[in-house]
Amino acid sequence: MKPDFFRRCFCPIAMLILLLPSFTLGQDVLAGDVFSETLTKLNATSMQERSAAIDQLAAVKEPRAIVVLQALLDGHLLKLKDDGKLVIGIENSSGYKLSDAKTGQDLGVADHEAVQKITVNNSLRISLRKTIGHLELSANDAKVRLGAVYAIAKSIDDEGITLLRDRLAIEQDATVQDEIKLVLGLEALNSADKTARLGAIDLLKNHANQAVVNRLNALVEKDADGHYLEADADVRNQAKVALSKINSRLQWYAAVETLFFGLSLGAVLVLAAIGLAITFGVMGVINMAHGELMMLGAYTTYVMQQLMPDYLGWSLILSIPAAFVISASVGIAIERGIIRFLYGRPLETLLATFGVSLFLQQTVRSIFSPLNRSVASPEWMSGTWQINDFLSLTWNRFYILVFCVLVFALLLQILKRTRLGLEVRAVAQNRNMAKAMGIPTARVDALTFGLGSGIAGVAGVALSQITNVGPNLGQAYIVDSFMVVVFGGVGNLWGTLLAGFALGIANKLLEPVAGAVLAKILVLVFIILFIQKRPRGLFPQKGRAAEG
Amino acid sequence: MLLNFYKHDKAAAFLMVSIGFIALFVPLCNLILPAESALHFSAYSVSLIGKYLTFALLGLSLDLVWGYCGILALGHGAFFALGGYAMGMYLMRQIGNRGVYGNPLLPDFMVFLNWRELPWYWYGFDQFWFAALMVLLVPGLLAFVFGWLAFRSRVTGVYLSIITQALTYALLLAFFRNEMGFGGNNGLTDFKEILGFNIQSEAVRAYLLMASGMVLIMAFLVSRWVMDSKLGRVVTAIRDQEMRVRFLGYRVELFKLWIFVFAAMLAGIAGALYVPQVGIINPSEFSPLNSLEIVIWVAIGGRGTLYGAIVGAVLVNYAKTLLTGWAPEIWLFFLGATFILATVFLPDGLFGFWQCRLKGQKS
Repeated sequence: MKPDFFRRCFCPIAMLILLLPSFTLGQDVLAGDVFSETLTKLNATSMQERSAAIDQLAAVKEPRAIVVLQALLDGHLLKLKDDGKLVIGIENSSGYKLSDAKTGQDLGVADHEAVQKITVNNSLRISLRKTIGHLELSANDAKVRLGAVYAIAKSIDDEGITLLRDRLAIEQDATVQDEIKLVLGLEALNSADKTARLGAIDLLKNHANQAVVNRLNALVEKDADGHYLEADADVRNQAKVALSKINSRLQWYAAVETLFFGLSLGAVLVLAAIGLAITFGVMGVINMAHGELMMLGAYTTYVMQQLMPDYLGWSLILSIPAAFVISASVGIAIERGIIRFLYGRPLETLLATFGVSLFLQQTVRSIFSPLNRSVASPEWMSGTWQINDFLSLTWNRFYILVFCVLVFALLLQILKRTRLGLEVRAVAQNRNMAKAMGIPTARVDALTFGLGSGIAGVAGVALSQITNVGPNLGQAYIVDSFMVVVFGGVGNLWGTLLAGFALGIANKLLEPVAGAVLAKILVLVFIILFIQKRPRGLFPQKGRAAEG
Repeated sequence: MLLNFYKHDKAAAFLMVSIGFIALFVPLCNLILPAESALHFSAYSVSLIGKYLTFALLGLSLDLVWGYCGILALGHGAFFALGGYAMGMYLMRQIGNRGVYGNPLLPDFMVFLNWRELPWYWYGFDQFWFAALMVLLVPGLLAFVFGWLAFRSRVTGVYLSIITQALTYALLLAFFRNEMGFGGNNGLTDFKEILGFNIQSEAVRAYLLMASGMVLIMAFLVSRWVMDSKLGRVVTAIRDQEMRVRFLGYRVELFKLWIFVFAAMLAGIAGALYVPQVGIINPSEFSPLNSLEIVIWVAIGGRGTLYGAIVGAVLVNYAKTLLTGWAPEIWLFFLGATFILATVFLPDGLFGFWQCRLKGQKS
């Protein structure tokens, strides 16, 4: 039965779709003629005739009609004195800037004496407003309709309500439908009829909207004398129920928002820590210059943007490989130049790389000045994603979250599936055995360090989008990223990911309670205590690798 | 008993005598000789030398932990700063009603923040003895709690280094907060007098230098004595073979805890002597970079010698004064290079290098 049903429905619809263009085209031509004809009637002397002309204009399906009527309402519709042509004129210092009422074509500037205003009286104004609202409400574009609903809601009256009701009956677009229902519901709260008010509350409780919350709050409040603003107890109770329902939804939104900001902070931490997890976790090398390698990545983004200022998006995307290459080569230089002399002496490695970090900081300070440089965000990364009145997510944070997951997945694949990854894991597990198997450990060390450093550079590109780029950029993140690695368990990339997100979310959960700085301190203290309890982190390495 | 070492360690004896000489000679020259004399030390150099001596004490205290016990503490500056804050609080209370706002009880920054009464933890700091006690107790207690937790659960090596760094970082953030009641970003400053004497006067500066020198010598002698005792030998053994010491039946964590707390107290004293000489204490003293600088003093001088730390602290800080005065941008290059050179080429510091040369000549 079903296929048959579809065939039955589908065929007429398809035919209709095929017919539609020619149909509407024909109608347009027809409408154009009627439009210009009716337009001249606006020029009539008596107000009744003008009123009739307005009604006729409204009946024509012609987009220009709205413009002309709006101009008439605003007093911008003029008549040229010499040939009686209708124009729209915007007054400026030298006279009127004219455009043809019928076509919108630019007609230059005219003197004050050359034109005559088409006047309207109050009753005409009212009917104009109504007509314009009606026209906009029946526009083809859903956005225009939505705008019309907003406009009507702003100064709502009985006529507006009737208009909206009529429209609601035939409206197809869900968003516009919702908005109309919302406006009608808010309006119905004022009605004298108790059932209408109750019905309105019932409808409104599904809307998370600031106006709804305000109105419902107003219903359950008392005035100065201690009387409820809303006399009826049933309505009050219903409003309370609705409010609690809305509030629980708001809490849900707040939780989603906290989760999102926590995850995005966590993403930053993970990006900062993941390169460290490789050098520290896999090689057992403490790289205190890791933060400065991120800083180099951020400065690479800045330089790329200076090189191609007109292509913000492209410069950002190109910065990713560029930062990887630059930081990786600096990292390899550090490994070959210093660290390889210090294997087996972790504390000395720590100090030497700290020296490198001071060196890099001062180099950048000397080249780019100690002042912070701001890196612009491309358009698709700026602004917010406004989901509703109470929930909005910033795009740059969103992209960083996505980017973090991508980088993590890529790194995991490199370690799992490539030759280099295999060798890196082998050396991490048992250096001597790997050497005996013919793995060039020195080269693997250098490449591992390069990989970790390169990822630091890539993290720097992401950081440049959310903070200022300055010589101290790296220092701000070094303690945090060490905490993430240690918390997650050394030598475990998944642990790093989980620890980063967990710390990010914990930070954002504590922030509203304790304030940003105290939240950070609490998290730090928590990790310090945690390491006492589990010195090898959340996911300690097991087996022989753990003994190293 | 305390002086037994001089027989077998001429270098240390020589260093102590020179410090004693400086601690007496510089203040006397400053006070007695007229300003145009060639040997006259200006007030500026008096407080500078005094500052070096407190840094030397700080370096010495880190050497006890790092050089003798092998714990690379990257948060040692925190104990120094805490001692400094304890002294700073005493000096703040001494201002009395001579502050900008003239409040007899509350320090200026509290009046500025509209605080009504003194927080409880500021009570008692108007008494010098109480402040002096706190200079020892606060860093000691922090070191005790932290060390107790860390050593008992056998956190060692780089993990310990990193969490000590986290500790000082957390304190840095905490002390930056105005709500903490320690002057926030600006810290404690604008001191007027110490023990009833004008803190700005040259005589007080000179006496402070003298006191710093004496305390440094005392600290050195006591540390030397402790390290030469059986206790010190166990601590050194823990550095070299922790497992073996544990298996021999020693409670390793208690020894570590003991030395850690002792060193923290010494660092606190250094901080307390430092603050009146420079006239300010603010949260930047907690910054991880400061703690790392202490490490480099010890590394440059040579670990596990005590006098190496003193010499390293004075040398590096003298270089810092010179370089930051001459070309500030060079300083970080210099410091960075020192870190690299000291670890790659001078693993035992200048004294180790020197001793190596001496031995080489003999053989």
